[in-house]
Amino acid sequence: MATDLKLPDLGEGIADVDVLSVLVSAGQAVAKDDPIIEIESDKATLEVPAELAGTVTQVLVNAGDTIHVGQTLIELEESDSVADARPQATSPAAAKAPAVAAPTTPAPTPSATRPHPASAATPLTAPPPPPPAGGEMPVFASPSTRQFAREIGLDIHEVPGSGPAGRISIDDVKAHARRRPAPGPASPGGLAAMPLPDFSSYGPVTRERMNRVRRATATNIAQSWSSIPHVTLFNDADITAVEAMRQREKDRVRRAGGSLTITPILLKVVAAALRAHPKLNASADFTTNEMVLKDYCHLGVAADTDRGLLVPVIRGVNDKSITKLSIELSEIAAQVREGQLPSERLEGASFTISNLGALGTGHFTPIINPPEVGILGIGRAVERPVYVEGLLRPRLMLPLALSFDHRAVDGADGARFLTWIVDALAQPLMLAMED
Amino acid sequence: MTNDGSQPRLAVIGAGPGGYPAAFHAAELGMDVTLIDPEANPGGVCLYRGCIPSKTLLHVASLLGEVEEAAAWGVQFGQPEIDLERLRSWKDLVISRMTGGLGLLARARRVRCVQGWARFEGPGALDVKPVSGGEPERVDFDYAVVATGSQPAAPPGFEIDGERVLDSTSALELADVPETLLVVGGGYIGLELGSVYAALGSRVSVVEMETGLLPGADRDLLRPLERKLESTFAEILLSTRVANLDVQPDGVDVELAGARVENRSRSFDKVLVAVGRRPNSAGLGLDSAGVELDGRGFIKVDHQRRTTAANIFAIGDVAGEPMLAHKATYEAHVAAAAIAGHAATYDAQAIPAVVFTDPEIAWCGLTESEARESGRPHEVARFPWAASGRATTLGRNDGLTKLILEPTTERVLGVGITGTGAGELIAEGVLAVEMGARADDLRLSIHPHPTTSETLMEAAEVFFNTSPHYIARPRG
Repeated sequence: MATDLKLPDLGEGIADVDVLSVLVSAGQAVAKDDPIIEIESDKATLEVPAELAGTVTQVLVNAGDTIHVGQTLIELEESDSVADARPQATSPAAAKAPAVAAPTTPAPTPSATRPHPASAATPLTAPPPPPPAGGEMPVFASPSTRQFAREIGLDIHEVPGSGPAGRISIDDVKAHARRRPAPGPASPGGLAAMPLPDFSSYGPVTRERMNRVRRATATNIAQSWSSIPHVTLFNDADITAVEAMRQREKDRVRRAGGSLTITPILLKVVAAALRAHPKLNASADFTTNEMVLKDYCHLGVAADTDRGLLVPVIRGVNDKSITKLSIELSEIAAQVREGQLPSERLEGASFTISNLGALGTGHFTPIINPPEVGILGIGRAVERPVYVEGLLRPRLMLPLALSFDHRAVDGADGARFLTWIVDALAQPLMLAMED
Repeated sequence: MTNDGSQPRLAVIGAGPGGYPAAFHAAELGMDVTLIDPEANPGGVCLYRGCIPSKTLLHVASLLGEVEEAAAWGVQFGQPEIDLERLRSWKDLVISRMTGGLGLLARARRVRCVQGWARFEGPGALDVKPVSGGEPERVDFDYAVVATGSQPAAPPGFEIDGERVLDSTSALELADVPETLLVVGGGYIGLELGSVYAALGSRVSVVEMETGLLPGADRDLLRPLERKLESTFAEILLSTRVANLDVQPDGVDVELAGARVENRSRSFDKVLVAVGRRPNSAGLGLDSAGVELDGRGFIKVDHQRRTTAANIFAIGDVAGEPMLAHKATYEAHVAAAAIAGHAATYDAQAIPAVVFTDPEIAWCGLTESEARESGRPHEVARFPWAASGRATTLGRNDGLTKLILEPTTERVLGVGITGTGAGELIAEGVLAVEMGARADDLRLSIHPHPTTSETLMEAAEVFFNTSPHYIARPRG
């Protein structure tokens, strides 16, 4: 019976692979699980085994082809028994091409990884994990296999061995790397850096070194984005009354040394909302499966600075008046301008707000600042016609967007929290009603 | 080649089997390397005062032993005449050829060699006092590797004068062949140097505080050596210590203490103190660089051999046990690669230990006693050299090869060998342990006949009860 052998699903969303070599030829007998072709995906090279035993009648792919999942590789005349199908002559499989590609990043070359004197005191790369302490079983893998695993950032102890008695081969390491999200030596963005095209072939370019803030932001944001399942809820708050109050009070606050923008008002409202919704003023500890609920309320305020995105932290917001918060924000702004913000002012936030309203934006999807579980994004308030008790009125509407970590917070919790903020802004007196 | 500031500057302190490979490897990785050592050429204790001179002399000892054995095979050489001066110059020639070669290799790799004593002045600078005298030189560095090695320990009461009371260094100088020699310490250094002097004609006595020689070695590996040493050495006194040493103009009066010692007061022409080695970590200004020591004077290091100062590494004897040249060389590569930002780590699963006595003893990986003490499941497959054809042709059936195996996976976790040439054979054992070889792998690899290397294959056969030459007890 003739059967088509197809490229099986390789998982991880791999659709296309390149054929490195074809290991069988027409007329050849193959046993079940004999390798028929060697392929290369984005992450690894591997051999595709025959699902059935039989005799190859036709080879439909060539080395160098790009093939897709489900494509027919060879046609096989199925044999009745595996024994018949044992190759009679020396099979080309014996001359298997060496695996060429590392699953994630190319092996470091000496010149590329040369340390720089400026960084003499700090390790250049995160050191690989230490080998196990004495008394444990030694790793069942050769030194070169262990070295390969280290180079691609894989803990060899996590690799299941497919060899006799569980011996770990270099192919096992590659297969394991393919199954896992690449943790290898990462770019500051948290993922292996993609190769870039030669931009100068499209036009003139200049290169600017990323500063420390840019690199730290890249790492944190990538970490947050890739590990936290974000949900973002949108709403608009009617701040007509709040704005009227702000206009009335801003001179008085200015005289006290502060600037009464919408931010200190929102800080106060968000702090009260967090007190009423402790699930949002929390962190999730998945090593112990515990929620860490915080009795304090320290709010991070994302700030666009000369150096890049900084998130200074206002501590104990619940205990401070809006006037006091305004003054503190002004002080922080001055410290940031002078580059004198102490590093402890960047630590300890339990929730963050990010106000892009001054830059004219509407709703956006803010990214959580871990280990917090939520962030409130604020857009530009716009006067819009709104029906109030059946009459169309001009109301000042403030776009709000709440992103939360769905591992820690459910949609209903998030919705209640955001609605609470919307109601509090519409009815500022509500604040005074809360304990 | 001058450093335009883009090359990291590495200072390596000590040019022994840790320091010079670290310097060479770092130079190959593109660093600007300065290698500091009091000697003119790289080599360290290993080449100048340790492995190399002792093995040169032990080769002579083994030749003298074979000459004696040859009488039984019908070959008479007569009484050997030993020209001590020529023997010394032969040994010195071996040393100078090897160290000189290393000097050339250092220059070829553009490693700058500074002859002097280095001392840290903070975490980025060294003060190097030249051996030739004169002004100290300041060497600034981005990274440093401390590879200062170790020296013979001389406990109080054992003042080494190099004349009557020797340490390994002065013993290797081979000033003369004393009629009687007391070796204090039954470890590998005492037994090796005792064997040299015994072969050259000294009456050698050994005292060891412990209940057995070579602490750490499995007892069954030790037995053939013990039997041999009973005839080579005048006396081996176990559970015995030296209570007092008194240097006289014509010898050394020694007071022995121990339950089984009959004649407590004795005189020897010379005494060799070989009670161990201690790390060279004092006087280097390590404090000023933030490098911390452990309670025994070893520099504290992590798995990359990084010290408590982030830019300073330590390798070899000064960084901890076992104090073996080949461990230092392995660490040299780890440290140099770690400095270059590679994912290097100390990941050795088997460090071979070799005692170059006659017969030699060598082991690697898990020892049988360790396996037993840790309670880890294990099986031992022994192949005695009485069943080895090659050993019979050599007239040296006094040997044993054994494998320590994991019962479920049948992996080789450790190998122990005693017999002539065991030090060469153990390399296969190291490879077996590191590669995760199984008993089957050794059994199914064809070993050349007739060689003693077949004993490794045969030991694997013993594990499966399929050895053609040896019927072991049934496995159970």
